[in-house]
Amino acid sequence: MSTETSRIRVTDLSGVMRVEFVDKDILDEAAIRQISTELVKRVEAAASPRMLISFRGVEHLSSAALGTLITINSLTKKRGGQLRLSDIKPSIMEVFTITKLNKLFQIFDTSVKALEGFGGK
Amino acid sequence: MAENDIGGAGQMTSEPQSAFEGTVRLHEKNQEIEGVQVSIAEILDRLHYSEAAIFAVRLSLEEAMMNGFRHGNLQDPTKFVEVRWLIDSNSANFHVIDEGDGFDPEGVPDPTLDENLEIPSGRGLMLIRAYMSDARYHAPGNHLEMTFRKVAK
Repeated sequence: MSTETSRIRVTDLSGVMRVEFVDKDILDEAAIRQISTELVKRVEAAASPRMLISFRGVEHLSSAALGTLITINSLTKKRGGQLRLSDIKPSIMEVFTITKLNKLFQIFDTSVKALEGFGGK
Repeated sequence: MAENDIGGAGQMTSEPQSAFEGTVRLHEKNQEIEGVQVSIAEILDRLHYSEAAIFAVRLSLEEAMMNGFRHGNLQDPTKFVEVRWLIDSNSANFHVIDEGDGFDPEGVPDPTLDENLEIPSGRGLMLIRAYMSDARYHAPGNHLEMTFRKVAK
């Protein structure tokens, strides 16, 4: 099942919400707010939310987008769930490394690896 | 306004293919902001800056403009952020000036400390410092000057 919104694509993979971005640049504040609202809504609708955010195709990412990821990470943990990130290209990975957010997030090379052991029936 | 200390740069555009300069005043409309970033990326590409350099400049400009709108102008839609650039084949220099009262950049908490990792804001300035060769605020703190140099970082 796949649900399309204007900024993200969410696919349910056996109980794991896989999120992909429509845009290659996640910079614009209004777009980030929209993405944030949508993700928060989905996390809050699940009992113990398991979310995988894939950055396949994403070329640019601003600190405002990092802020949204931090918020989603805290919220999933608070609700007994987990957030994983995957498919981050090297230039964007550097942004995570500089900000040391690679220590905060569970980051996997590929969606397939991230889904391993993520459970779900 | 700290606008007087940016003089003298205007003489270098006599060779149109080797140096580019410009000034734009932006309100918080995303299309305009993206337009500036795209134009500057095109200039950098034309002057043979690497993909990594273009990434660095684009991210820094985005962060600088957003800081200006959000923290400087406090999202007042009537206020503008001015962006000036002077780019040649060796370096790209930018001034990003907001209409706010300024701030003390040393007073921003270090977002990389373990106790601050989960705070969702405050990373723009550190990314600018990491990606640009030089970044400093002119007093009273509403005027950021940043430079990317091709060779030494």
